[in-house]
Amino acid sequence: MTDPILDIRNLCLSFGRLRALEDVSLSVRPGERLALLGHNGAGKSTLFKAVLGFLQPSAGRIAVTGHAPGTDAARIAVNYLPEVVSFPRNLTGREVLVFFSGLRGAPRAAVADLLARVGLTEASDRTVGTYSKGMRQRLGLAQALIGAPRLLLLDEPTSGLDPVSRQEFYEIIADAAARGSAVLLSSHSLEEVQDRTDRVAILAQGKLRADGTLAELAAGAALPTRIRVTAKPGAADELHAAFGGRRVNGCRLELECPQDAKLAMLAQLGRHEHALSDIDLAAPGLNDIYRHYSGRNETEDRT
Amino acid sequence: MTTRIGTIFEQEFRQARRNLWVVLATGVLGLFAVALALFGAGQGAALKADVLTLTAASLATLSVYLIPLIALLMSYDSLAGEIERGTLALTFATPVRRWEVFVGKFLAQAAAVGLAIALAFGGAGLLAAVWLGTGAEGIAAWLRLMVTAAVLGAVFVGVGLMLSALAGRTARAAAAAVGTWLLLVVLYDVALLGALMASGEGTFASHVFPWLVIANPADAFRLYNLALIETAPIAGIDGLARTLPFPPVAALAGLGLWLGACLMLGVIRTKRIVP
Ligand SMILES: Nc1ncnc2c1ncn2[C@@H]1O[C@H](COP(=O)(O)OP(=O)(O)O)[C@@H](O)[C@H]1O
Ligand SMILES: [Mg+2]
Repeated sequence: MTDPILDIRNLCLSFGRLRALEDVSLSVRPGERLALLGHNGAGKSTLFKAVLGFLQPSAGRIAVTGHAPGTDAARIAVNYLPEVVSFPRNLTGREVLVFFSGLRGAPRAAVADLLARVGLTEASDRTVGTYSKGMRQRLGLAQALIGAPRLLLLDEPTSGLDPVSRQEFYEIIADAAARGSAVLLSSHSLEEVQDRTDRVAILAQGKLRADGTLAELAAGAALPTRIRVTAKPGAADELHAAFGGRRVNGCRLELECPQDAKLAMLAQLGRHEHALSDIDLAAPGLNDIYRHYSGRNETEDRT
Repeated sequence: MTTRIGTIFEQEFRQARRNLWVVLATGVLGLFAVALALFGAGQGAALKADVLTLTAASLATLSVYLIPLIALLMSYDSLAGEIERGTLALTFATPVRRWEVFVGKFLAQAAAVGLAIALAFGGAGLLAAVWLGTGAEGIAAWLRLMVTAAVLGAVFVGVGLMLSALAGRTARAAAAAVGTWLLLVVLYDVALLGALMASGEGTFASHVFPWLVIANPADAFRLYNLALIETAPIAGIDGLARTLPFPPVAALAGLGLWLGACLMLGVIRTKRIVP
């Protein structure tokens, strides 16, 4: 197995009494895309800033290609796209990239190629003030691709983008990963990163709650299938007595059963056919998996 | 190192030009310089004095207000604004050293102020010299004014950048810049004059007061220029120009100390920024 580009071990970081990160361990390998999921305030941006060396951990260890954050070797290896960035409106896209290329010691000649990769060739000599939100975000991504970084840190890179821009964005990220960059990106939604990242880590209140492929997370959560039964008039009591579950209103009943007991449950329901008017099955969705790990239960979400 | 400072310099200077700072500053300073030269021409005929010398004296007095204001306006948002817009985080994520960022910004903005002064005062001086005539004394006074005005501009660019690094937020940096201008350029003189009146002739007037004057970069600049112009009509604090207990060059040392202190504090502060 190849060595990880980013290796975080037992990271703890506090702001005064607030423990923003507690005992977080993760690693990302070359060519791998890891999505870091969490609600607002979960600690995603804080984690990125620690990897960049802007914030000092109170305990634990971070290694970027084996080097400490903030060292020259680490800074050369990592490129970053912050949550909010607005480039000077009176500079052109090309000037912005030439500037950051200069600071990274990357050749100016590569700027044209970067602009082409994010589809900004046409607009490269217009000022940033004339760019749409999607174009500005792609310029930010082009900036993060300067000098073929070993590790890409993208903090909520697609928030506020429309679905088409979002898809384009993930294609560019996939391309960068195919060229060997390790990618760590943060997001709010499991649905968004499904099929677009290789692995998912879920952070809640500074603690890492899950880390694995989507299939592993689904299996680990072992969420029940929900069966919604509508009874014929007057028959609801009979069903409730036989199956238990939760009464939703006069004639509806909600049952839960583990994945592997689903068929047996349906067969059993079949024996009460005379009392049934409808059956509805709901397999656990991505949102349910995310909620399961991020520790927000459904009733809380519904209110 | 030099390429990185060069990169920062190039970017900052380009923005100063695009934001029309250089044009605006040149226009304002040039306009005042020409107006004062015309006024000096009328006065000079009556006093039988060199017009350029007289104008240098009045322009020195006016520059004390304008140049710090221009320099502070140009620099106060430089770091704070970039923190708010998120671009400083990108810059700090590259291998650039933080002091290189601070120094690169300082050099570019000081150069922009210097360029505006050179264009405005140089143009106005040339015009006045050719049109109204002058002598070696006038040319020397004028060149002294131009060079020291550029230094004064650099000092206040340093002050503005330091405040920007200290404040960290645009709104706070703006308040700090306005406050500093009022304090150093306006209130300081009023307070000194008040103290002088209250204490009368004594050790304060002869020993403490002169040092307090050159402790303020704006006053030091004016005192240096006026002390070297014998025909200058002077009043108030500037009366000191005739009775200095030290050579006028000492006033320039005051400017140098301010510049050094601001750059040092600014760099230290920039190293602490969490972008
Ligand atoms: N500079 C700071 N000072 C104090 N608290 C902070 C600071 N930055 C972030 N926090 C707190 O740390 C927690 C994690 O924040 P953050 O990493 O920004 O979350 P996320 O990016 O996941 O939305 C939040 O509770 C936030 O209020
Ligand atoms: Mg965040």
